[in-house]
Amino acid sequence: MKYTQGKYIITRKTAIAKEIYSFTIQCPEVAEAAQPGQFVHIRANGFTLRRPISICGIDKEKGTLRIVFEIRGEGTAEIAKLNEGDLIDMLAPLGHGFTLMPEAKKVVLIGGGIGTPPMLPLAEYYGGRATVISGFRNASAMILQEDFKKTGAETVLCTDDGSAGIHGFVTEPLKELAAKGGIDAVYACGPMPMLKNIAAICKENGIYCEISLEERMACGIGACLGCACRTVRNDEEYFAHVCKDGPVFKAEEVLF
Amino acid sequence: MADLSVKVCGVDFKNPIIPASGVFGYGREYEELFPLDKLGGIATKGTTLHRRTGNLAPRIAETPSGMLNSVGLQNPGIDHFIETELPYLLTKDLVVLANIAGSTPEECAQVAEKLEATDVHMIELNISCPNVKQGGAAFGTSCEMAAEVTRQVRKVTTKPLVVKLSPNVTSIADIAKSVEAAGADAVSLINTLLGMRIDINTGRPILRNNVGGMSGPAVFPIAVRMVWQVANAVNIPVIGMGGVSSGRDAIELMMAGASAVQVGAAIFTDPYAPVRIAEEMNEFLDSKGIASVRDIIGTVKPW
Repeated sequence: MKYTQGKYIITRKTAIAKEIYSFTIQCPEVAEAAQPGQFVHIRANGFTLRRPISICGIDKEKGTLRIVFEIRGEGTAEIAKLNEGDLIDMLAPLGHGFTLMPEAKKVVLIGGGIGTPPMLPLAEYYGGRATVISGFRNASAMILQEDFKKTGAETVLCTDDGSAGIHGFVTEPLKELAAKGGIDAVYACGPMPMLKNIAAICKENGIYCEISLEERMACGIGACLGCACRTVRNDEEYFAHVCKDGPVFKAEEVLF
Repeated sequence: MADLSVKVCGVDFKNPIIPASGVFGYGREYEELFPLDKLGGIATKGTTLHRRTGNLAPRIAETPSGMLNSVGLQNPGIDHFIETELPYLLTKDLVVLANIAGSTPEECAQVAEKLEATDVHMIELNISCPNVKQGGAAFGTSCEMAAEVTRQVRKVTTKPLVVKLSPNVTSIADIAKSVEAAGADAVSLINTLLGMRIDINTGRPILRNNVGGMSGPAVFPIAVRMVWQVANAVNIPVIGMGGVSSGRDAIELMMAGASAVQVGAAIFTDPYAPVRIAEEMNEFLDSKGIASVRDIIGTVKPW
Protein backbone atom coordinates (compact mmCIF):
# COMPACT_ATOMS: atom_id res chain seq x y z
CA MET A 1 0.00 0.00 0.00
CA LYS A 2 1.44 3.33 -1.06
CA TYR A 3 -0.13 6.68 -0.30
CA THR A 4 0.94 10.26 -0.70
CA GLN A 5 -0.20 13.67 0.41
CA GLY A 6 -0.36 16.57 -1.98
CA LYS A 7 -2.39 19.32 -3.57
CA TYR A 8 -4.07 18.43 -6.83
CA ILE A 9 -6.08 20.42 -9.33
CA ILE A 10 -9.84 19.98 -9.61
CA THR A 11 -10.53 19.74 -13.35
CA ARG A 12 -14.29 19.33 -13.19
CA LYS A 13 -16.95 20.11 -10.61
CA THR A 14 -20.63 19.37 -11.02
CA ALA A 15 -23.59 19.47 -8.66
CA ILE A 16 -25.34 16.16 -9.29
CA ALA A 17 -28.15 16.40 -6.74
CA LYS A 18 -29.14 18.62 -3.82
CA GLU A 19 -25.95 19.19 -1.80
CA ILE A 20 -24.14 16.39 -3.65
CA TYR A 21 -21.05 17.28 -5.68
CA SER A 22 -18.81 15.47 -8.10
CA PHE A 23 -15.14 16.46 -8.42
CA THR A 24 -12.73 15.13 -11.02
CA ILE A 25 -9.16 15.55 -9.78
CA GLN A 26 -5.93 15.41 -11.78
CA CYS A 27 -3.64 13.25 -9.61
CA PRO A 28 -1.74 10.71 -11.74
CA GLU A 29 0.24 9.04 -8.93
CA VAL A 30 -2.87 8.62 -6.78
CA ALA A 31 -4.95 7.31 -9.70
CA GLU A 32 -2.18 4.86 -10.57
CA ALA A 33 -2.20 3.37 -7.07
CA ALA A 34 -5.95 3.56 -6.37
CA GLN A 35 -8.18 0.49 -6.10
CA PRO A 36 -11.99 0.25 -6.03
CA GLY A 37 -13.25 0.68 -2.46
CA GLN A 38 -10.38 2.90 -1.28
CA PHE A 39 -10.89 6.48 -0.12
CA VAL A 40 -9.17 9.86 -0.12
CA HIS A 41 -8.67 11.99 3.01
CA ILE A 42 -9.39 15.62 2.19
CA ARG A 43 -8.28 18.68 4.11
CA ALA A 44 -11.08 21.16 4.78
CA ASN A 45 -9.70 24.68 5.17
CA GLY A 46 -9.95 25.85 8.76
CA PHE A 47 -10.67 22.39 10.19
CA THR A 48 -8.39 20.15 12.24
CA LEU A 49 -9.68 16.85 10.88
CA ARG A 50 -9.61 15.75 7.27
CA ARG A 51 -12.77 14.26 5.74
CA PRO A 52 -12.70 10.74 4.27
CA ILE A 53 -14.47 10.49 0.89
CA SER A 54 -14.81 7.28 -1.11
CA ILE A 55 -13.41 6.99 -4.61
CA CYS A 56 -16.13 6.98 -7.29
CA GLY A 57 -13.97 6.77 -10.40
CA ILE A 58 -10.41 5.80 -11.29
CA ASP A 59 -9.01 6.69 -14.72
CA LYS A 60 -5.42 5.50 -14.79
CA GLU A 61 -4.91 6.59 -18.42
CA LYS A 62 -6.01 10.18 -17.84
CA GLY A 63 -4.52 10.17 -14.34
CA THR A 64 -7.73 11.31 -12.70
CA LEU A 65 -9.88 10.32 -9.76
CA ARG A 66 -13.53 11.14 -9.32
CA ILE A 67 -15.14 11.67 -5.95
CA VAL A 68 -18.81 12.24 -5.17
CA PHE A 69 -19.74 13.57 -1.75
CA GLU A 70 -22.64 15.03 0.14
CA ILE A 71 -22.57 18.09 2.39
CA ARG A 72 -23.01 16.49 5.80
CA GLY A 73 -21.67 19.26 8.02
CA GLU A 74 -19.33 22.23 8.15
CA GLY A 75 -16.26 20.34 6.90
CA THR A 76 -17.85 18.93 3.76
CA ALA A 77 -19.54 22.31 3.19
CA GLU A 78 -16.06 23.87 3.15
CA ILE A 79 -14.77 21.28 0.68
CA ALA A 80 -17.82 21.92 -1.53
CA LYS A 81 -16.72 25.58 -1.85
CA LEU A 82 -13.73 24.48 -3.94
CA ASN A 83 -14.11 25.12 -7.66
CA GLU A 84 -12.66 23.93 -10.95
CA GLY A 85 -9.05 25.08 -11.11
CA ASP A 86 -8.65 25.10 -7.31
CA LEU A 87 -6.22 22.84 -5.52
CA ILE A 88 -7.55 20.12 -3.24
CA ASP A 89 -5.28 18.75 -0.47
CA MET A 90 -5.54 14.95 -0.36
CA LEU A 91 -3.87 12.14 1.55
CA ALA A 92 -4.55 9.20 -0.77
CA PRO A 93 -5.28 6.53 -1.78
CA LEU A 94 -6.10 5.03 1.60
CA GLY A 95 -7.56 1.88 3.04
CA HIS A 96 -8.26 -1.65 2.05
CA GLY A 97 -10.58 -1.85 -0.96
CA PHE A 98 -12.90 -4.44 -2.46
CA THR A 99 -11.67 -7.88 -3.49
CA LEU A 100 -11.92 -8.16 -7.27
CA MET A 101 -12.83 -11.61 -8.57
CA PRO A 102 -11.78 -12.05 -12.20
CA GLU A 103 -13.58 -15.41 -12.41
CA ALA A 104 -16.92 -14.20 -11.00
CA LYS A 105 -19.88 -14.77 -13.31
CA LYS A 106 -22.46 -12.74 -11.42
CA VAL A 107 -22.08 -10.12 -8.69
CA VAL A 108 -24.53 -7.77 -7.01
CA LEU A 109 -23.49 -4.22 -6.12
CA ILE A 110 -25.68 -2.40 -3.61
CA GLY A 111 -25.44 1.29 -2.75
CA GLY A 112 -27.65 3.19 -0.36
CA GLY A 113 -27.76 6.99 -0.75
CA ILE A 114 -24.27 8.47 -0.61
CA GLY A 115 -23.03 4.85 -0.37
CA THR A 116 -23.56 4.43 -4.13
CA PRO A 117 -20.38 6.20 -5.42
CA PRO A 118 -17.86 3.49 -4.39
CA MET A 119 -19.93 0.95 -6.36
CA LEU A 120 -19.19 2.65 -9.70
CA PRO A 121 -15.57 1.43 -10.10
CA LEU A 122 -16.84 -2.09 -9.33
CA ALA A 123 -19.56 -1.75 -11.96
CA GLU A 124 -16.90 -0.67 -14.45
CA TYR A 125 -14.79 -3.70 -13.56
CA TYR A 126 -17.59 -6.29 -13.73
CA GLY A 127 -19.69 -4.67 -16.51
CA GLY A 128 -22.43 -7.01 -17.70
CA ARG A 129 -21.66 -9.48 -14.93
CA ALA A 130 -22.97 -7.00 -12.33
CA THR A 131 -26.42 -6.09 -11.13
CA VAL A 132 -26.41 -2.71 -9.39
CA ILE A 133 -29.15 -2.08 -6.85
CA SER A 134 -29.32 1.57 -5.76
CA GLY A 135 -31.54 2.92 -3.02
CA PHE A 136 -32.40 6.55 -2.28
CA ARG A 137 -34.81 8.46 -0.03
CA ASN A 138 -36.63 9.85 -3.06
CA ALA A 139 -36.19 10.70 -6.75
CA SER A 140 -34.47 14.03 -6.03
CA ALA A 141 -31.70 12.31 -4.02
CA MET A 142 -30.97 9.93 -6.91
CA ILE A 143 -27.41 9.95 -8.26
CA LEU A 144 -25.16 8.14 -10.78
CA GLN A 145 -27.88 6.07 -12.49
CA GLU A 146 -26.71 7.04 -16.00
CA ASP A 147 -23.11 6.28 -15.03
CA PHE A 148 -24.08 2.80 -13.89
CA LYS A 149 -26.03 2.12 -17.10
CA LYS A 150 -22.97 3.05 -19.19
CA THR A 151 -20.94 0.26 -17.56
CA GLY A 152 -23.21 -2.38 -19.08
CA ALA A 153 -24.39 -3.53 -15.67
CA GLU A 154 -28.02 -4.26 -15.04
CA THR A 155 -29.49 -1.52 -12.82
CA VAL A 156 -32.28 -1.71 -10.26
CA LEU A 157 -33.52 1.47 -8.63
CA CYS A 158 -35.39 1.71 -5.33
CA THR A 159 -36.71 4.71 -3.43
CA ASP A 160 -38.09 4.82 0.10
CA ASP A 161 -41.14 6.81 -1.01
CA GLY A 162 -41.71 5.23 -4.42
CA SER A 163 -41.05 8.51 -6.29
CA ALA A 164 -38.73 6.61 -8.68
CA GLY A 165 -38.15 2.92 -9.37
CA ILE A 166 -39.30 0.27 -6.93
CA HIS A 167 -41.11 1.54 -3.83
CA GLY A 168 -39.07 -0.06 -1.04
CA PHE A 169 -35.64 -0.96 0.26
CA VAL A 170 -32.71 -2.47 -1.65
CA THR A 171 -33.06 -5.69 0.33
CA GLU A 172 -36.20 -6.78 -1.58
CA PRO A 173 -34.57 -7.05 -5.03
CA LEU A 174 -31.54 -8.65 -3.33
CA LYS A 175 -33.75 -11.38 -1.82
CA GLU A 176 -35.24 -12.10 -5.26
CA LEU A 177 -31.82 -12.34 -6.88
CA ALA A 178 -30.51 -14.51 -4.04
CA ALA A 179 -33.46 -16.89 -4.47
CA LYS A 180 -32.56 -17.35 -8.15
CA GLY A 181 -29.01 -18.31 -7.13
CA GLY A 182 -25.71 -18.10 -9.00
CA ILE A 183 -24.38 -14.99 -7.23
CA ASP A 184 -20.64 -15.14 -6.60
CA ALA A 185 -20.42 -12.03 -4.42
CA VAL A 186 -22.37 -9.11 -3.02
CA TYR A 187 -20.69 -5.76 -2.41
CA ALA A 188 -22.47 -3.04 -0.44
CA CYS A 189 -22.06 0.45 0.97
CA GLY A 190 -24.65 2.55 2.76
CA PRO A 191 -26.33 3.09 6.13
CA MET A 192 -25.54 0.56 8.88
CA PRO A 193 -29.11 -0.86 9.16
CA MET A 194 -29.06 -1.55 5.41
CA LEU A 195 -25.65 -3.24 5.61
CA LYS A 196 -26.78 -5.33 8.57
CA ASN A 197 -29.80 -6.61 6.63
CA ILE A 198 -27.73 -7.30 3.51
CA ALA A 199 -25.18 -9.22 5.58
CA ALA A 200 -27.98 -11.33 7.10
CA ILE A 201 -29.50 -12.13 3.69
CA CYS A 202 -26.09 -13.12 2.30
CA LYS A 203 -25.38 -15.30 5.31
CA GLU A 204 -28.73 -17.10 4.96
CA ASN A 205 -28.06 -17.76 1.29
CA GLY A 206 -24.39 -18.62 1.68
CA ILE A 207 -23.24 -15.72 -0.53
CA TYR A 208 -19.83 -14.08 -0.06
CA CYS A 209 -20.36 -10.43 0.96
CA GLU A 210 -18.09 -7.40 1.41
CA ILE A 211 -19.30 -4.13 2.93
CA SER A 212 -17.75 -0.68 3.08
CA LEU A 213 -18.07 1.12 6.43
CA GLU A 214 -17.60 4.67 7.58
CA GLU A 215 -16.61 6.07 10.95
CA ARG A 216 -15.39 9.35 12.39
CA MET A 217 -11.72 9.36 11.51
CA ALA A 218 -8.58 11.30 12.39
CA CYS A 219 -5.26 10.16 10.84
CA GLY A 220 -6.74 8.03 8.03
CA ILE A 221 -3.73 5.67 7.90
CA GLY A 222 -4.03 3.41 10.94
CA ALA A 223 -1.86 5.29 13.43
CA CYS A 224 -4.27 6.99 15.83
CA LEU A 225 -6.80 4.15 16.26
CA GLY A 226 -9.70 6.61 16.21
CA CYS A 227 -12.06 4.88 13.75
CA ALA A 228 -12.71 1.66 15.62
CA CYS A 229 -15.03 -1.03 14.29
CA ARG A 230 -16.01 -4.18 16.22
CA THR A 231 -15.00 -7.24 14.25
CA VAL A 232 -14.30 -10.92 14.76
CA ARG A 233 -11.16 -12.48 13.36
CA ASN A 234 -10.03 -16.02 14.14
CA ASP A 235 -12.92 -16.33 16.63
CA GLU A 236 -11.57 -13.41 18.60
CA GLU A 237 -13.35 -10.09 19.02
CA TYR A 238 -11.14 -7.26 17.91
CA PHE A 239 -11.43 -3.52 17.27
CA ALA A 240 -10.36 -3.12 13.68
CA HIS A 241 -9.88 0.31 12.15
CA VAL A 242 -12.01 1.52 9.30
CA CYS A 243 -9.18 3.56 7.74
CA LYS A 244 -6.59 0.79 7.41
CA ASP A 245 -8.25 -2.61 7.96
CA GLY A 246 -11.26 -1.22 6.03
CA PRO A 247 -13.19 0.63 4.85
CA VAL A 248 -14.09 -2.65 3.13
CA PHE A 249 -14.63 -5.64 5.43
CA LYS A 250 -15.93 -9.15 4.90
CA ALA A 251 -19.51 -8.87 6.17
CA GLU A 252 -19.11 -12.00 8.30
CA GLU A 253 -16.33 -10.30 10.31
CA VAL A 254 -18.32 -7.22 11.33
CA LEU A 255 -20.23 -7.13 14.63
CA PHE A 256 -23.23 -4.89 14.00
CA MET B 1 21.30 26.92 9.23
CA ALA B 2 20.62 27.25 12.95
CA ASP B 3 21.57 24.48 15.36
CA LEU B 4 18.30 22.76 16.27
CA SER B 5 19.81 20.12 18.55
CA VAL B 6 18.73 19.94 22.19
CA LYS B 7 19.59 17.76 25.13
CA VAL B 8 16.92 16.55 27.56
CA CYS B 9 17.95 14.51 30.63
CA GLY B 10 21.32 13.88 28.99
CA VAL B 11 19.71 12.49 25.82
CA ASP B 12 20.65 14.19 22.54
CA PHE B 13 17.90 15.16 20.10
CA LYS B 14 18.89 16.32 16.60
CA ASN B 15 15.92 18.67 16.71
CA PRO B 16 13.33 19.43 19.39
CA ILE B 17 10.30 18.01 17.52
CA ILE B 18 8.65 14.80 18.73
CA PRO B 19 5.31 13.42 17.49
CA ALA B 20 3.16 13.10 20.61
CA SER B 21 1.98 9.78 21.95
CA GLY B 22 -1.24 8.50 20.41
CA VAL B 23 -1.23 10.37 17.11
CA PHE B 24 1.69 8.56 15.55
CA GLY B 25 1.25 4.89 16.51
CA TYR B 26 4.69 3.31 16.47
CA GLY B 27 5.75 5.34 13.44
CA ARG B 28 5.28 2.85 10.63
CA GLU B 29 2.27 4.52 8.98
CA TYR B 30 4.02 7.88 8.65
CA GLU B 31 7.21 6.36 7.36
CA GLU B 32 5.28 5.93 4.11
CA LEU B 33 5.38 9.75 3.88
CA PHE B 34 8.80 10.75 5.24
CA PRO B 35 11.89 9.13 6.80
CA LEU B 36 11.52 8.94 10.57
CA ASP B 37 15.08 10.21 11.05
CA LYS B 38 13.85 13.70 10.22
CA LEU B 39 12.27 13.70 13.69
CA GLY B 40 14.00 14.56 16.93
CA GLY B 41 12.20 11.73 18.63
CA ILE B 42 8.98 9.76 18.80
CA ALA B 43 6.65 9.30 21.76
CA THR B 44 5.11 5.93 21.06
CA LYS B 45 1.46 4.95 21.51
CA GLY B 46 0.59 4.59 25.22
CA THR B 47 1.33 0.98 26.09
CA THR B 48 0.06 -1.06 29.03
CA LEU B 49 1.04 -4.37 30.62
CA HIS B 50 -1.62 -6.31 28.70
CA ARG B 51 -3.29 -5.66 25.39
CA ARG B 52 -6.24 -3.23 25.64
CA THR B 53 -9.14 -3.08 23.18
CA GLY B 54 -10.02 0.57 23.84
CA ASN B 55 -13.40 2.30 23.79
CA LEU B 56 -16.39 1.87 21.49
CA ALA B 57 -16.70 4.20 18.47
CA PRO B 58 -17.22 7.05 17.81
CA ARG B 59 -13.89 7.93 19.36
CA ILE B 60 -13.32 11.18 17.44
CA ALA B 61 -15.15 14.51 17.18
CA GLU B 62 -14.26 17.80 15.52
CA THR B 63 -14.30 20.94 17.70
CA PRO B 64 -13.64 24.60 16.89
CA SER B 65 -9.90 24.69 16.07
CA GLY B 66 -9.41 21.25 17.50
CA MET B 67 -10.81 17.84 18.22
CA LEU B 68 -11.84 15.38 20.91
CA ASN B 69 -10.65 11.81 21.18
CA SER B 70 -11.56 8.91 23.40
CA VAL B 71 -9.52 6.04 22.03
CA GLY B 72 -9.09 4.59 25.52
CA LEU B 73 -5.50 3.38 25.28
CA GLN B 74 -6.07 0.68 22.69
CA ASN B 75 -2.67 -1.00 22.40
CA PRO B 76 -1.12 -4.43 21.83
CA GLY B 77 0.62 -4.63 25.23
CA ILE B 78 4.21 -4.06 26.32
CA ASP B 79 5.52 -7.49 25.27
CA HIS B 80 4.43 -6.91 21.69
CA PHE B 81 5.98 -3.44 21.82
CA ILE B 82 9.31 -4.80 23.05
CA GLU B 83 9.41 -7.72 20.63
CA THR B 84 8.06 -6.11 17.47
CA GLU B 85 7.90 -2.31 17.51
CA LEU B 86 10.85 -1.18 19.62
CA PRO B 87 13.61 -3.11 17.80
CA TYR B 88 12.45 -1.55 14.54
CA LEU B 89 12.33 1.99 15.96
CA LEU B 90 15.78 1.55 17.47
CA THR B 91 17.22 1.05 13.98
CA LYS B 92 16.20 4.64 13.20
CA ASP B 93 18.20 7.73 14.05
CA LEU B 94 15.83 9.29 16.59
CA VAL B 95 15.10 9.27 20.31
CA VAL B 96 12.45 6.76 21.37
CA LEU B 97 10.26 7.77 24.30
CA ALA B 98 8.22 4.74 25.32
CA ASN B 99 4.91 6.07 26.60
CA ILE B 100 3.54 3.74 29.28
CA ALA B 101 0.35 3.62 31.31
CA GLY B 102 -1.40 1.37 33.79
CA SER B 103 -4.44 0.98 36.02
CA THR B 104 -2.39 0.91 39.22
CA PRO B 105 1.05 2.23 40.26
CA GLU B 106 2.19 -1.42 40.42
CA GLU B 107 1.12 -2.04 36.83
CA CYS B 108 2.98 1.07 35.64
CA ALA B 109 6.08 -0.20 37.47
CA GLN B 110 5.75 -3.64 35.88
CA VAL B 111 5.64 -2.08 32.42
CA ALA B 112 8.67 0.09 33.18
CA GLU B 113 10.53 -2.91 34.56
CA LYS B 114 10.07 -4.78 31.28
CA LEU B 115 11.62 -1.84 29.43
CA GLU B 116 14.63 -1.72 31.72
CA ALA B 117 16.40 -4.51 29.81
CA THR B 118 15.80 -2.81 26.44
CA ASP B 119 17.70 -0.02 24.70
CA VAL B 120 14.75 2.38 24.75
CA HIS B 121 16.08 5.90 25.34
CA MET B 122 13.44 7.37 27.66
CA ILE B 123 10.23 6.44 29.43
CA GLU B 124 7.25 8.77 29.32
CA LEU B 125 4.89 7.82 32.14
CA ASN B 126 1.32 8.76 31.30
CA ILE B 127 -0.52 9.75 34.48
CA SER B 128 -3.00 11.85 32.60
CA CYS B 129 -5.04 9.86 30.08
CA PRO B 130 -8.60 11.19 30.38
CA ASN B 131 -10.17 8.26 28.55
CA VAL B 132 -9.75 5.30 30.88
CA LYS B 133 -11.77 4.55 33.97
CA GLN B 134 -8.95 3.41 36.23
CA GLY B 135 -5.52 4.92 36.47
CA GLY B 136 -4.94 7.49 33.76
CA ALA B 137 -6.01 10.92 34.86
CA ALA B 138 -6.93 9.65 38.32
CA PHE B 139 -3.18 9.49 39.03
CA GLY B 140 -2.52 12.84 37.51
CA THR B 141 -5.02 14.94 39.40
CA SER B 142 -3.72 14.51 42.94
CA CYS B 143 -0.22 15.37 44.12
CA GLU B 144 -0.12 12.29 46.35
CA MET B 145 -1.13 9.80 43.64
CA ALA B 146 1.12 11.44 41.05
CA ALA B 147 4.05 11.18 43.45
CA GLU B 148 3.22 7.59 44.40
CA VAL B 149 3.08 6.28 40.82
CA THR B 150 6.27 8.20 39.96
CA ARG B 151 8.06 6.71 43.00
CA GLN B 152 7.03 3.16 42.10
CA VAL B 153 8.25 3.52 38.52
CA ARG B 154 11.42 5.33 39.63
CA LYS B 155 12.34 2.36 41.84
CA VAL B 156 12.47 -0.05 38.89
CA THR B 157 14.02 2.07 36.15
CA THR B 158 17.33 3.78 35.53
CA LYS B 159 16.07 5.20 32.22
CA PRO B 160 15.38 8.92 32.03
CA LEU B 161 11.83 9.17 33.38
CA VAL B 162 9.49 11.79 31.90
CA VAL B 163 6.12 12.13 33.63
CA LYS B 164 3.29 13.36 31.39
CA LEU B 165 0.95 15.70 33.26
CA SER B 166 -2.77 16.38 33.06
CA PRO B 167 -4.01 19.95 32.55
CA ASN B 168 -7.31 19.03 34.23
CA VAL B 169 -6.08 20.21 37.63
CA THR B 170 -6.19 23.33 39.78
CA SER B 171 -2.42 23.76 39.96
CA ILE B 172 -0.28 21.89 37.45
CA ALA B 173 2.83 23.45 39.03
CA ASP B 174 2.05 21.67 42.32
CA ILE B 175 1.68 18.31 40.53
CA ALA B 176 4.97 18.95 38.71
CA LYS B 177 6.75 19.69 42.00
CA SER B 178 5.35 16.47 43.49
CA VAL B 179 6.61 14.27 40.66
CA GLU B 180 9.97 16.05 40.68
CA ALA B 181 10.33 15.28 44.39
CA ALA B 182 9.32 11.66 43.69
CA GLY B 183 12.18 11.20 41.23
CA ALA B 184 10.99 12.31 37.79
CA ASP B 185 13.82 13.41 35.48
CA ALA B 186 11.52 15.60 33.35
CA VAL B 187 7.87 16.42 32.87
CA SER B 188 5.86 16.65 29.65
CA LEU B 189 2.69 18.68 29.32
CA ILE B 190 -0.09 19.21 28.51
CA ASN B 191 -2.09 16.08 27.90
CA THR B 192 -5.59 16.70 26.52
CA LEU B 193 -8.26 18.77 28.26
CA LEU B 194 -11.45 16.96 29.14
CA GLY B 195 -14.23 18.04 26.77
CA MET B 196 -17.61 17.04 25.35
CA ARG B 197 -19.77 17.57 22.24
CA ILE B 198 -23.45 16.74 21.81
CA ASP B 199 -25.26 16.00 18.55
CA ILE B 200 -28.26 18.30 19.01
CA ASN B 201 -30.30 16.32 16.47
CA THR B 202 -30.16 13.14 18.53
CA GLY B 203 -29.41 14.54 21.99
CA ARG B 204 -26.55 12.06 22.22
CA PRO B 205 -22.93 12.91 22.94
CA ILE B 206 -20.87 12.49 19.76
CA LEU B 207 -18.31 10.34 21.58
CA ARG B 208 -19.50 6.92 22.70
CA ASN B 209 -17.52 7.55 25.90
CA ASN B 210 -19.55 10.79 26.34
CA VAL B 211 -16.41 12.78 27.14
CA GLY B 212 -12.94 12.85 25.66
CA GLY B 213 -9.63 14.65 25.48
CA MET B 214 -9.49 17.93 23.59
CA SER B 215 -6.44 18.91 21.56
CA GLY B 216 -5.55 21.07 18.60
CA PRO B 217 -4.76 24.77 18.09
CA ALA B 218 -7.58 25.81 20.49
CA VAL B 219 -5.62 24.53 23.49
CA PHE B 220 -2.29 26.16 22.55
CA PRO B 221 -2.55 29.25 24.82
CA ILE B 222 -3.33 26.97 27.77
CA ALA B 223 -0.25 24.90 26.95
CA VAL B 224 1.92 28.03 26.82
CA ARG B 225 0.62 29.20 30.21
CA MET B 226 1.07 25.81 31.86
CA VAL B 227 4.55 25.19 30.42
CA TRP B 228 5.56 28.62 31.71
CA GLN B 229 4.14 27.98 35.17
CA VAL B 230 5.74 24.55 35.45
CA ALA B 231 9.11 25.68 34.08
CA ASN B 232 9.16 28.31 36.81
CA ALA B 233 8.23 25.79 39.51
CA VAL B 234 10.66 22.92 38.88
CA ASN B 235 14.35 22.40 38.21
CA ILE B 236 13.91 19.51 35.76
CA PRO B 237 13.40 19.91 32.00
CA VAL B 238 9.93 20.47 30.58
CA ILE B 239 8.78 18.93 27.28
CA GLY B 240 5.98 21.12 25.96
CA MET B 241 2.98 20.15 23.88
CA GLY B 242 -0.60 21.20 23.24
CA GLY B 243 -1.92 22.63 19.98
CA VAL B 244 1.45 23.27 18.34
CA SER B 245 0.93 23.54 14.59
CA SER B 246 3.73 25.79 13.30
CA GLY B 247 7.37 26.58 13.84
CA ARG B 248 6.35 29.84 15.49
CA ASP B 249 4.18 27.92 17.98
CA ALA B 250 7.11 25.65 18.82
CA ILE B 251 9.41 28.65 19.33
CA GLU B 252 6.77 30.23 21.60
CA LEU B 253 6.47 27.10 23.73
CA MET B 254 10.26 26.92 24.06
CA MET B 255 10.41 30.57 25.08
CA ALA B 256 7.85 29.68 27.76
CA GLY B 257 10.33 27.10 29.06
CA ALA B 258 10.08 23.92 27.01
CA SER B 259 13.33 22.11 26.16
CA ALA B 260 11.62 20.08 23.43
CA VAL B 261 8.20 20.13 21.77
CA GLN B 262 5.70 17.42 20.99
CA VAL B 263 3.26 17.72 18.09
CA GLY B 264 -0.12 16.02 18.19
CA ALA B 265 -3.37 16.92 16.42
CA ALA B 266 -1.56 19.08 13.83
CA ILE B 267 -0.37 15.82 12.26
CA PHE B 268 -3.97 14.92 11.40
CA THR B 269 -4.40 18.18 9.49
CA ASP B 270 -0.96 18.01 7.87
CA PRO B 271 0.82 14.65 8.11
CA TYR B 272 4.14 16.39 7.41
CA ALA B 273 3.62 18.81 10.34
CA PRO B 274 6.55 17.59 12.49
CA VAL B 275 9.00 17.94 9.59
CA ARG B 276 7.57 21.28 8.48
CA ILE B 277 7.64 22.65 12.04
CA ALA B 278 11.35 21.84 12.44
CA GLU B 279 12.06 23.58 9.11
CA GLU B 280 10.03 26.62 10.12
CA MET B 281 11.89 26.84 13.42
CA ASN B 282 15.15 26.89 11.53
CA GLU B 283 13.89 29.69 9.25
CA PHE B 284 12.77 31.76 12.22
CA LEU B 285 16.06 31.34 14.07
CA ASP B 286 18.05 32.22 10.92
CA SER B 287 15.91 35.29 10.32
CA LYS B 288 16.69 36.47 13.87
CA GLY B 289 20.35 35.52 13.69
CA ILE B 290 19.99 33.10 16.61
CA ALA B 291 22.65 30.40 16.35
CA SER B 292 21.02 27.69 18.45
CA VAL B 293 17.48 26.83 19.44
CA ARG B 294 18.84 26.20 22.94
CA ASP B 295 19.36 29.94 23.24
CA ILE B 296 15.61 30.58 23.32
CA ILE B 297 14.57 28.09 25.99
CA GLY B 298 12.82 29.92 28.84
CA THR B 299 13.76 33.35 27.51
CA VAL B 300 10.33 34.91 27.84
CA LYS B 301 10.61 38.24 29.67
CA PRO B 302 7.45 38.42 31.76
CA TRP B 303 6.03 41.83 32.62
